[in-house]
Amino acid sequence: MTRQSLHIDWTACDGRGLCTELLGPLLVRDEWGYPRAAGYGSDVPIPSSFVAEARDAVALCPRLALTLQEVRAPARS
Amino acid sequence: MSTVEMTIPRAAVVPPAGVNRLFAAGAADLASHLARFGPAPLGIAPGQLLGELEASGLDGRGGAGFATWRKLVAARTSAGPTAYSAPVVIANGAEGEPMSAKDEILLRHAPHLVLDGLLLAAAVTGAREVHLYSGPVQLASVRRAIAERTDARGVILDEAPDYFVSGEASAVVSAIETGLAIPRDRRVRLAVSGLGGRPTVVSNVETLAHVALVARFGAAWFRSVGTDDSPGTRLLTISGDGVDRKVIEATGGLPLAEALGAVGLDTSRLRAVLVGGYHGAWVPASDLWVRLSSRDLEPYGARPGAGILVALGDQHCGLAASVGIARYLAGQSARQCGPCVNGLPAMAEVLARVAAGGGSARLPDEVRRLAGVVTGRGACRHPDGTARFVLSTLEVFEADVRAHLAGYCEVTRS
Repeated sequence: MTRQSLHIDWTACDGRGLCTELLGPLLVRDEWGYPRAAGYGSDVPIPSSFVAEARDAVALCPRLALTLQEVRAPARS
Repeated sequence: MSTVEMTIPRAAVVPPAGVNRLFAAGAADLASHLARFGPAPLGIAPGQLLGELEASGLDGRGGAGFATWRKLVAARTSAGPTAYSAPVVIANGAEGEPMSAKDEILLRHAPHLVLDGLLLAAAVTGAREVHLYSGPVQLASVRRAIAERTDARGVILDEAPDYFVSGEASAVVSAIETGLAIPRDRRVRLAVSGLGGRPTVVSNVETLAHVALVARFGAAWFRSVGTDDSPGTRLLTISGDGVDRKVIEATGGLPLAEALGAVGLDTSRLRAVLVGGYHGAWVPASDLWVRLSSRDLEPYGARPGAGILVALGDQHCGLAASVGIARYLAGQSARQCGPCVNGLPAMAEVLARVAAGGGSARLPDEVRRLAGVVTGRGACRHPDGTARFVLSTLEVFEADVRAHLAGYCEVTRS
């Protein structure tokens, strides 16, 4: 089984908070309402016990700001 | 191309000795360029050039310092079989960092070297589309250079707006695609999917100029000056204490004191030096023996980056200067990402409260907490760079922080 990671597109996210409802306490809201995972930035590793909730968050995000992807090398160049 | 190669034998070209490399032609025109450097070896085998670049240790001069050969290899191996999937190479001369002037100076005085490097990078990656992105003054110089030669007519010139994040790699791609130079979300690297979904190399113009020299004279020549971990030469832009953005070409790994002395700064009258520009970090005046190399600068959280040095004279308060920079950076957010839009102004204002004096002893910890909150949470690294700068301020000016919190400033005696 591959490990999943939740990618947050900050240019789309406006802090509606649905993902933090579904994925708490993995994701919490920062003081402005944006999702935050302790120790992670734009890519949050999702434990297998949270994958179903993460899929829901991706499907229900009103800003389409979330994607679930298989974990690989950090996506930067 | 081949006619020029026949009229100017390779042996007639003597590789530049010493530190004056990028500007060795002495003038911006094609005749001076060819007389000094000879023609670019555009027929070089890709594997040979990539091998020389790897051996040279050339890294990116736009700030990130990524190994140049790796970037080119990544785009080359991501190329698809059709023109729609062929790589794109973009020379980045946007230089949105206000304390940097080296890319402008390079494009105005040695545009042919940059064009050579761009064409070589295109050849080595198999690119079908080539861009040069920079400000209007620089583009005028490049346009004149392109008119002097026949092999660079396909280079597409794109005008860069003048603000801090306009040169960020994904903002460069956005600018060319949509006319809007703002960073974008990236789930895959630009080398895999960039401009129009094609493998894309965004490379700083100075980096490309060095590629043009390594292709001609080889890795051993490149490494004949500089240090093991900072080989070759690099352009520096030095400011502060009466000096306004002076550009010099320096050997890699030069001690900070020597670089500052080269533009006439009195190093005995400095408080600190900001290394790497506004996304960089402070090095205290007590440590000016530190060399401009990744290894030496690491303990300070700095990197040679784009070669920017800003000296702070000892009559200035480091905290007050840093508040101005933190506020500027907060104002330069592209206003797309919530943590950056909200967190950077918040961080700058708490730092301002520290500098204003007499505040709670907990304020520095609040700055550190906000730095942690914004780091890694943006489409680009603007929040990370701003947080790094602010954390460096608290560390290097720690004594000033304590004094200000106690209600006085050791520098201004107020």
